[in-house]
Amino acid sequence: MTTKEIAGKQVELDADGHLVNVNDWSDEVAKALALEEEITEINDKHMQVINFMRKEFETSGSVPSIRKITKQSGVNTKEMYSLFPGGPARKAAKIGGLPKPKGWI
Amino acid sequence: MSDEKIKKVTIVVSRGSLEGVYPGLIMANGARMEGIEADLFFTFFGLDAIIKDRMNNLKVATVGNPGMRFPNGMPMPTMMGGLPGISAMVTSMMQKEMEEIDIPPVGEFMEMISDAGCGIYACKATVDMFHLTEKDFCPQMNEVITVGEFYEKSAGAQIIFT
Repeated sequence: MTTKEIAGKQVELDADGHLVNVNDWSDEVAKALALEEEITEINDKHMQVINFMRKEFETSGSVPSIRKITKQSGVNTKEMYSLFPGGPARKAAKIGGLPKPKGWI
Repeated sequence: MSDEKIKKVTIVVSRGSLEGVYPGLIMANGARMEGIEADLFFTFFGLDAIIKDRMNNLKVATVGNPGMRFPNGMPMPTMMGGLPGISAMVTSMMQKEMEEIDIPPVGEFMEMISDAGCGIYACKATVDMFHLTEKDFCPQMNEVITVGEFYEKSAGAQIIFT
Protein backbone atom coordinates (compact mmCIF):
# COMPACT_ATOMS: atom_id res chain seq x y z
CA MET A 1 0.00 0.00 0.00
CA THR A 2 1.37 3.42 -0.91
CA THR A 3 0.30 7.01 -0.47
CA LYS A 4 0.33 9.25 -3.46
CA GLU A 5 -0.80 12.74 -4.34
CA ILE A 6 -3.53 12.57 -6.96
CA ALA A 7 -5.32 15.70 -8.13
CA GLY A 8 -3.89 17.66 -5.21
CA LYS A 9 -5.03 15.16 -2.61
CA GLN A 10 -3.12 12.51 -0.63
CA VAL A 11 -4.74 9.15 -1.35
CA GLU A 12 -3.87 5.57 -0.45
CA LEU A 13 -3.33 3.12 -3.31
CA ASP A 14 -3.19 -0.69 -3.23
CA ALA A 15 -0.50 -2.79 -4.93
CA ASP A 16 -2.40 -2.58 -8.24
CA GLY A 17 -2.61 1.20 -8.13
CA HIS A 18 -6.31 1.25 -7.26
CA LEU A 19 -7.77 3.53 -4.58
CA VAL A 20 -7.97 1.87 -1.18
CA ASN A 21 -10.79 4.09 -0.03
CA VAL A 22 -13.69 4.49 -2.49
CA ASN A 23 -14.57 7.79 -0.85
CA ASP A 24 -11.28 9.34 -1.99
CA TRP A 25 -12.78 9.33 -5.47
CA SER A 26 -13.85 12.48 -7.28
CA ASP A 27 -14.11 13.65 -10.90
CA GLU A 28 -10.60 15.09 -10.65
CA VAL A 29 -9.17 11.87 -9.23
CA ALA A 30 -10.90 9.96 -12.04
CA LYS A 31 -9.27 12.21 -14.63
CA ALA A 32 -5.84 11.74 -13.09
CA LEU A 33 -6.25 7.95 -12.88
CA ALA A 34 -7.51 7.86 -16.48
CA LEU A 35 -4.34 9.63 -17.61
CA GLU A 36 -2.27 6.89 -15.96
CA GLU A 37 -4.14 4.46 -18.21
CA GLU A 38 -3.56 6.67 -21.26
CA ILE A 39 -7.17 7.74 -21.46
CA THR A 40 -6.94 11.48 -22.06
CA GLU A 41 -10.58 12.41 -21.90
CA ILE A 42 -13.46 11.07 -19.85
CA ASN A 43 -16.75 11.40 -21.70
CA ASP A 44 -20.38 10.67 -20.79
CA LYS A 45 -20.04 7.03 -21.85
CA HIS A 46 -17.07 6.49 -19.54
CA MET A 47 -19.08 8.08 -16.74
CA GLN A 48 -22.11 5.92 -17.51
CA VAL A 49 -19.96 2.83 -16.93
CA ILE A 50 -18.19 4.22 -13.87
CA ASN A 51 -21.39 5.41 -12.21
CA PHE A 52 -23.00 2.02 -12.79
CA MET A 53 -19.98 0.21 -11.36
CA ARG A 54 -19.77 2.43 -8.30
CA LYS A 55 -23.46 2.00 -7.62
CA GLU A 56 -23.16 -1.78 -7.95
CA PHE A 57 -20.14 -1.78 -5.66
CA GLU A 58 -22.03 0.23 -3.08
CA THR A 59 -24.98 -2.16 -3.04
CA SER A 60 -23.26 -5.53 -3.52
CA GLY A 61 -19.78 -4.87 -2.14
CA SER A 62 -18.06 -6.27 -5.20
CA VAL A 63 -16.96 -4.92 -8.57
CA PRO A 64 -19.46 -6.05 -11.24
CA SER A 65 -18.32 -8.40 -14.02
CA ILE A 66 -18.04 -7.12 -17.58
CA ARG A 67 -21.04 -9.31 -18.38
CA LYS A 68 -23.12 -7.48 -15.82
CA ILE A 69 -21.81 -4.10 -16.94
CA THR A 70 -22.65 -4.71 -20.58
CA LYS A 71 -26.06 -6.15 -19.74
CA GLN A 72 -27.17 -3.47 -17.32
CA SER A 73 -25.29 -0.20 -17.82
CA GLY A 74 -26.43 0.42 -21.40
CA VAL A 75 -22.86 0.25 -22.74
CA ASN A 76 -22.13 -2.84 -24.86
CA THR A 77 -19.02 -5.04 -25.09
CA LYS A 78 -17.60 -3.36 -28.21
CA GLU A 79 -18.03 0.08 -26.63
CA MET A 80 -16.37 -1.12 -23.42
CA TYR A 81 -13.27 -2.16 -25.36
CA SER A 82 -13.09 1.13 -27.23
CA LEU A 83 -13.71 3.24 -24.11
CA PHE A 84 -11.13 1.40 -22.02
CA PRO A 85 -8.64 -0.04 -24.51
CA GLY A 86 -6.51 -2.94 -23.34
CA GLY A 87 -8.45 -3.73 -20.17
CA PRO A 88 -12.12 -2.81 -20.06
CA ALA A 89 -13.14 -4.01 -16.60
CA ARG A 90 -9.80 -3.42 -14.90
CA LYS A 91 -9.32 0.11 -16.25
CA ALA A 92 -12.93 1.12 -15.63
CA ALA A 93 -12.62 -0.11 -12.04
CA LYS A 94 -9.36 1.76 -11.50
CA ILE A 95 -10.66 5.03 -12.93
CA GLY A 96 -13.87 4.59 -10.97
CA GLY A 97 -11.89 4.32 -7.73
CA LEU A 98 -12.83 0.67 -7.16
CA PRO A 99 -10.62 -2.37 -6.40
CA LYS A 100 -9.34 -4.60 -9.21
CA PRO A 101 -12.18 -6.91 -10.35
CA LYS A 102 -11.83 -10.44 -9.01
CA GLY A 103 -14.42 -12.23 -11.11
CA TRP A 104 -13.89 -14.74 -13.89
CA ILE A 105 -15.47 -12.83 -16.69
CA MET B 1 8.06 -13.74 -13.31
CA SER B 2 9.46 -12.48 -16.58
CA ASP B 3 9.10 -8.78 -17.43
CA GLU B 4 8.12 -9.66 -20.96
CA LYS B 5 4.37 -9.68 -21.23
CA ILE B 6 2.37 -12.08 -23.38
CA LYS B 7 1.11 -10.10 -26.37
CA LYS B 8 -0.84 -12.66 -28.37
CA VAL B 9 -2.40 -16.10 -27.86
CA THR B 10 -4.05 -18.60 -30.15
CA ILE B 11 -6.23 -21.08 -28.32
CA VAL B 12 -7.13 -24.38 -29.97
CA VAL B 13 -10.35 -26.02 -28.78
CA SER B 14 -10.39 -29.66 -29.84
CA ARG B 15 -13.04 -31.17 -27.58
CA GLY B 16 -16.79 -30.85 -27.72
CA SER B 17 -17.77 -31.51 -24.12
CA LEU B 18 -18.83 -28.66 -21.86
CA GLU B 19 -15.72 -28.96 -19.73
CA GLY B 20 -13.64 -29.34 -22.89
CA VAL B 21 -14.89 -26.08 -24.38
CA TYR B 22 -15.16 -23.63 -21.47
CA PRO B 23 -11.49 -23.40 -20.45
CA GLY B 24 -10.58 -22.19 -23.95
CA LEU B 25 -13.39 -19.62 -23.94
CA ILE B 26 -12.49 -18.35 -20.49
CA MET B 27 -8.84 -18.05 -21.47
CA ALA B 28 -9.68 -16.20 -24.69
CA ASN B 29 -11.98 -13.78 -22.91
CA GLY B 30 -9.46 -13.33 -20.11
CA ALA B 31 -6.73 -12.56 -22.63
CA ARG B 32 -8.80 -9.82 -24.29
CA MET B 33 -9.69 -8.40 -20.87
CA GLU B 34 -5.96 -7.99 -20.20
CA GLY B 35 -5.28 -6.37 -23.54
CA ILE B 36 -3.76 -9.51 -25.07
CA GLU B 37 -4.56 -10.24 -28.71
CA ALA B 38 -6.44 -13.55 -29.00
CA ASP B 39 -7.74 -15.97 -31.61
CA LEU B 40 -9.79 -19.13 -31.09
CA PHE B 41 -9.40 -22.09 -33.45
CA PHE B 42 -12.00 -24.86 -33.24
CA THR B 43 -11.15 -28.31 -34.53
CA PHE B 44 -12.59 -31.83 -34.41
CA PHE B 45 -15.43 -32.09 -31.85
CA GLY B 46 -14.51 -28.63 -30.58
CA LEU B 47 -16.42 -27.34 -33.63
CA ASP B 48 -19.67 -28.07 -31.79
CA ALA B 49 -18.99 -24.94 -29.74
CA ILE B 50 -19.53 -22.74 -32.82
CA ILE B 51 -22.24 -24.77 -34.55
CA LYS B 52 -25.49 -22.83 -34.11
CA ASP B 53 -27.73 -25.76 -33.26
CA ARG B 54 -25.25 -27.47 -30.93
CA MET B 55 -23.39 -24.74 -29.08
CA ASN B 56 -25.99 -24.32 -26.34
CA ASN B 57 -26.47 -28.06 -25.86
CA LEU B 58 -22.96 -29.18 -24.93
CA LYS B 59 -22.77 -31.86 -22.23
CA VAL B 60 -20.30 -32.75 -19.51
CA ALA B 61 -18.46 -35.98 -20.37
CA THR B 62 -19.25 -38.21 -17.40
CA VAL B 63 -17.95 -41.50 -18.86
CA GLY B 64 -14.36 -42.37 -18.00
CA ASN B 65 -14.01 -39.31 -15.82
CA PRO B 66 -12.51 -40.31 -12.45
CA GLY B 67 -12.67 -36.70 -11.26
CA MET B 68 -16.48 -36.77 -10.96
CA ARG B 69 -17.89 -36.26 -7.49
CA PHE B 70 -21.30 -36.06 -5.88
CA PRO B 71 -22.33 -32.61 -4.62
CA ASN B 72 -21.34 -33.71 -1.10
CA GLY B 73 -17.75 -34.27 -2.24
CA MET B 74 -17.87 -38.10 -2.30
CA PRO B 75 -16.16 -39.61 -5.37
CA MET B 76 -18.61 -40.91 -7.98
CA PRO B 77 -17.84 -44.47 -9.13
CA THR B 78 -16.75 -44.18 -12.77
CA MET B 79 -19.28 -46.78 -13.93
CA MET B 80 -22.13 -44.52 -12.79
CA GLY B 81 -21.08 -41.96 -15.39
CA GLY B 82 -22.57 -44.11 -18.12
CA LEU B 83 -26.02 -44.47 -16.59
CA PRO B 84 -28.87 -42.82 -18.50
CA GLY B 85 -29.45 -39.21 -17.48
CA ILE B 86 -26.22 -38.77 -15.51
CA SER B 87 -24.54 -36.59 -18.13
CA ALA B 88 -27.66 -34.43 -18.47
CA MET B 89 -27.97 -34.07 -14.71
CA VAL B 90 -24.32 -33.21 -14.17
CA THR B 91 -24.47 -30.76 -17.08
CA SER B 92 -27.45 -28.91 -15.69
CA MET B 93 -25.83 -28.73 -12.24
CA MET B 94 -22.61 -27.37 -13.70
CA GLN B 95 -24.48 -24.80 -15.79
CA LYS B 96 -26.29 -23.61 -12.69
CA GLU B 97 -23.01 -23.20 -10.82
CA MET B 98 -21.49 -21.33 -13.75
CA GLU B 99 -24.41 -18.94 -13.99
CA GLU B 100 -23.91 -18.18 -10.30
CA ILE B 101 -20.35 -17.04 -10.87
CA ASP B 102 -21.50 -15.09 -13.94
CA ILE B 103 -20.09 -17.35 -16.66
CA PRO B 104 -22.48 -17.05 -19.63
CA PRO B 105 -23.90 -19.91 -21.75
CA VAL B 106 -21.74 -20.79 -24.79
CA GLY B 107 -23.82 -18.80 -27.32
CA GLU B 108 -23.76 -15.60 -25.29
CA PHE B 109 -20.10 -16.13 -24.39
CA MET B 110 -19.14 -16.49 -28.06
CA GLU B 111 -20.88 -13.20 -28.84
CA MET B 112 -19.05 -11.51 -25.98
CA ILE B 113 -15.67 -12.91 -27.03
CA SER B 114 -16.23 -11.93 -30.67
CA ASP B 115 -17.27 -8.39 -29.66
CA ALA B 116 -14.11 -8.25 -27.55
CA GLY B 117 -12.13 -8.53 -30.77
CA CYS B 118 -11.13 -12.18 -30.61
CA GLY B 119 -10.99 -14.00 -33.98
CA ILE B 120 -13.08 -17.17 -34.24
CA TYR B 121 -11.94 -19.77 -36.77
CA ALA B 122 -13.07 -23.25 -37.82
CA CYS B 123 -10.71 -26.01 -39.00
CA LYS B 124 -11.13 -26.72 -42.72
CA ALA B 125 -10.18 -30.40 -42.45
CA THR B 126 -12.85 -31.01 -39.80
CA VAL B 127 -15.47 -29.01 -41.68
CA ASP B 128 -14.87 -31.21 -44.75
CA MET B 129 -14.72 -34.42 -42.75
CA PHE B 130 -18.04 -33.72 -41.00
CA HIS B 131 -19.67 -32.36 -44.21
CA LEU B 132 -20.43 -29.01 -42.62
CA THR B 133 -21.14 -25.75 -44.44
CA GLU B 134 -20.78 -22.09 -43.45
CA LYS B 135 -24.48 -21.84 -42.64
CA ASP B 136 -24.13 -24.42 -39.86
CA PHE B 137 -22.03 -21.98 -37.85
CA CYS B 138 -22.89 -19.14 -35.50
CA PRO B 139 -22.55 -15.66 -37.04
CA GLN B 140 -19.46 -14.96 -34.92
CA MET B 141 -17.40 -17.54 -36.85
CA ASN B 142 -15.02 -15.42 -38.95
CA GLU B 143 -13.56 -17.94 -41.37
CA VAL B 144 -12.93 -21.59 -42.14
CA ILE B 145 -9.13 -21.95 -42.37
CA THR B 146 -6.53 -24.64 -43.07
CA VAL B 147 -3.85 -25.60 -40.60
CA GLY B 148 -1.36 -23.64 -42.72
CA GLU B 149 -3.44 -20.48 -42.43
CA PHE B 150 -3.80 -21.19 -38.72
CA TYR B 151 -0.02 -21.06 -38.31
CA GLU B 152 0.15 -17.90 -40.41
CA LYS B 153 -2.42 -16.18 -38.21
CA SER B 154 -0.64 -17.39 -35.10
CA ALA B 155 2.64 -15.68 -36.00
CA GLY B 156 4.15 -14.28 -32.82
CA ALA B 157 1.47 -15.89 -30.64
CA GLN B 158 1.66 -18.45 -27.89
CA ILE B 159 -0.35 -21.47 -29.03
CA ILE B 160 -2.46 -23.15 -26.38
CA PHE B 161 -4.05 -26.51 -27.14
CA THR B 162 -7.07 -27.54 -25.10
